[in-house]
Amino acid sequence: MTDAQTNTDVIIVGGGHNGLVCATYLARAGRRVLVLEANAALGGAAATREFADGYSVSTCAQWLYQLNPKVASDLELEKHGLELLARDLDTIALALAGNHVTLKTDSVESDSVSDGDKLAYRRFNQQMLKFSKLLASACERRAPKLLDNNFTDLLTLAKLGIGMKMLGKADMRDLIRLALINIYDVMEENFDNELLKAAISMDGVLGSHMGPRSPNTVFGYLYRRLGDVYGYRGPAVVKGGMGAVGEAMAASARACGVELRTEARVEKINLELDRVTGVTLVSGEVVDAPVVVSNADPKTTLEKLIGFRNIETGVARRVSNIRMQGNTAKLHVALKGLPDFKGLTDTEQGQRLIIAPTMNYIELAFNAAKYGEYSPAPAMDISIPTLHDKSLAPAGCHVLSAIVQFAPHDLKQGWKVAKAPFKNLVIDCIAQYAPGIKELIVASELLTPEDLANEFNMSGGHWHHGELAVDQIMMMRPFPGATQYSAPVDGLFLCGAGTHPGGGIMGLAGHNAAKEIIKRGTAG
Amino acid sequence: MRQHDETMLLQTPFHSRIAKACELNQWDDWKGYTTPHVYTEVEQEYFAIRNSTGVFDLTPMMKYRITGPDAEAYLNKLLTRDIRKIGVGRVAYAVWCDDAGQVMDDGTVFHLGENDYRLCAYNRVMDWMMWSAMGFDVTIEDETADVAALAVQGPTSCSVLKAMGFEGIENLKAFGIRTYAFDGVILMVSRTGFTGDLGYELWIDPDKAELLWDRLFDAGKNFGIRAIGGAALELARIEAGFLQAGIDFVAAEHAVRMGRSRSPFELGLEWLVSFDKPIFNGRRALLEEKKNGSRYRFVYLDVEGNKPAEHSFIMKGSKVIGTVTSAAWCPTAKSNLAFAQVESKYGNVGEVLVAEIYYQRELQWTRVLASCTVIEKVIFNPPRRRQTPAADF
Repeated sequence: MTDAQTNTDVIIVGGGHNGLVCATYLARAGRRVLVLEANAALGGAAATREFADGYSVSTCAQWLYQLNPKVASDLELEKHGLELLARDLDTIALALAGNHVTLKTDSVESDSVSDGDKLAYRRFNQQMLKFSKLLASACERRAPKLLDNNFTDLLTLAKLGIGMKMLGKADMRDLIRLALINIYDVMEENFDNELLKAAISMDGVLGSHMGPRSPNTVFGYLYRRLGDVYGYRGPAVVKGGMGAVGEAMAASARACGVELRTEARVEKINLELDRVTGVTLVSGEVVDAPVVVSNADPKTTLEKLIGFRNIETGVARRVSNIRMQGNTAKLHVALKGLPDFKGLTDTEQGQRLIIAPTMNYIELAFNAAKYGEYSPAPAMDISIPTLHDKSLAPAGCHVLSAIVQFAPHDLKQGWKVAKAPFKNLVIDCIAQYAPGIKELIVASELLTPEDLANEFNMSGGHWHHGELAVDQIMMMRPFPGATQYSAPVDGLFLCGAGTHPGGGIMGLAGHNAAKEIIKRGTAG
Repeated sequence: MRQHDETMLLQTPFHSRIAKACELNQWDDWKGYTTPHVYTEVEQEYFAIRNSTGVFDLTPMMKYRITGPDAEAYLNKLLTRDIRKIGVGRVAYAVWCDDAGQVMDDGTVFHLGENDYRLCAYNRVMDWMMWSAMGFDVTIEDETADVAALAVQGPTSCSVLKAMGFEGIENLKAFGIRTYAFDGVILMVSRTGFTGDLGYELWIDPDKAELLWDRLFDAGKNFGIRAIGGAALELARIEAGFLQAGIDFVAAEHAVRMGRSRSPFELGLEWLVSFDKPIFNGRRALLEEKKNGSRYRFVYLDVEGNKPAEHSFIMKGSKVIGTVTSAAWCPTAKSNLAFAQVESKYGNVGEVLVAEIYYQRELQWTRVLASCTVIEKVIFNPPRRRQTPAADF
């Protein structure tokens, strides 16, 4: 074993987007930062990869819709190469008959949607946006501790409280009432159109182990709508795929003097008594640093890198109880021509397409997952990025990428046997809406949650590094007692999606963690 | 043995013998087992412990067997003291804490072999032990019902065991373990106990329990052997200055009210906390406490007069500064001893406090304000307790 003597102040384990954001802020504050990434590419879930000869795709996240504008401008991501080829895209809820429903941020368009629903949609949106704004006010700073009477924390709480009061009596009452119930009931209260209800509720369950009738789905929805607060009136398509976000962040980090090492997988975080001393890589190389910040999810960090045997029982138990079973698969299809979704123009095919005809369809899809089976009729969020970005496929060819719900990480029959049949099932399902697509397929791949877990080093393959639910947010994220980005080991911090505010290509977890580390000074 | 779903209270493997000897028919429920409170007369039983030999059935004591390659490392995380220092064939008193550094229980660890331990506990802690085992390669078994155990305590206890044919037992040091062949099984003898006197604990297969009892009482005939109940043991353990879980502290996971649990420091058990090992449950909180000071202090009080200060308030002047958790007039030490928890700024050795004692005589309550002095150690500590070879009495 060698001691690299890197003279490093901070090691960041994992060069995911939050790790890069955190690294950049720390470097700007004068810390010497080393980022160690296991994979060859930086950016974590903001990744692009060639999956078939000449065909590339965003392998994990496929849309950019909630990148925090402060983070984006602080890191000068545009200067460092981030370019949006399309933004503020519509969401189109597909119907087998072709009479789809188009959702924009403030209106809904379809022959089949009544005027009442259209009006209700406008009102619903306004209200949800108000709530998301309130949520956003708590996202850009550390989550407050409740018992410590710290001034900053009291300020955060006061702002939240005042913000709630400012909503007005009716909205405040609604927020309190809605926040803990399920999106299904809220949809039933507001709308008649099945497609509309299903498309909205889809946003409440994406990436989670929840169906529309599960509690916390309204919160999931509000969390997703943070994007609106950050200036995204619908998803955006990044030039070069989501990997370009990672690259821009990496470039920004490098420009600030951060040392980035890829293919440098950390095997363990080293301890002396209960203080970190650095890390050991799988190669056996030891790198010392007084502060280690883990961008890995809390389970990976504390169970594998630190080891439960080095953590007190109560904490180990809470970490092991974090709900983070991924339930989302990714389908990537290389096509030799543009598919033909029924009733959609080419422009419309470039929008965000949803397969979820009714809320019950999603709920039934989720039912299977509850019992460790994949959905017989999955719900999907589909993107054809090549309609905006020709660089991803050979000329005239296209790539289709779909987020597929539900596919439980812990599948009863095991993914080894189930992967091929599930992929065929998903393609068959898409073919119902886009007849003839199968003839266009050149290649295809399905990433199960197990694959996502392996490829992106996330326990359970969960996008958000832990379910976004009321019991796992704010001061309870990643687990009660480990708030404000520090961990139960001195010198160790967490900066990934598993911490407040949570997942999504947003950058706030990394931003907040950096602020906290800077605030605590060099002692860590 | 009858199972819990057939009966509210289980019986120990010694029950047939105990039931015969328990003339007063006064029983306790000890962790789900029927155990004798008093056989004949508390004083007689107590004096058997101090003057001859008392035999106490401690089978209901929770017994956990911990084996596997990580057994030592595991216990070192679970317990606050450094278990690496306890050699094979030795027994150690230990406490364990939750993450907040609050005592969950105390007990004894028997180092039976390489990575083979038995942990004796007052409370059922299997869930906590299993959670604590995450990340360790260990096997944890509850062997409470699989091991019958008798405490044989008192000045003549060594003579009794010698009379049973346990050769060399007198050379067993305090907190040591030895094994003997007994009717085809292995009998484990440890020089341990809860009386502060010369004494042993015998551990055996439940099938041989009755035979062990019979042979023990045969051998002890001329050494004043007597079965003792929980009441006599309670008196002896107070006299010896031993804490009792559930009486002198509330187990952390049982405490419902904020602030009712105690840290090892607050129970006078700082000597059981070893900060120079990398990690153990409660380490961070205890370090913090060491830095910032404890809330309470555990003290022994020598109380004036002969009224036991049971459940008394302890006062400094007119201010209540603590309460008594255990108290007794100790017949051998001839002292009126009380265990108290006082606010941490009080309780220096030699400090004089006041115990507000209430007692009832023929339906009338009386209150006395007894002066009491903080003492460093309990008075009862006879040389025979640790003397090796153990003396003949």
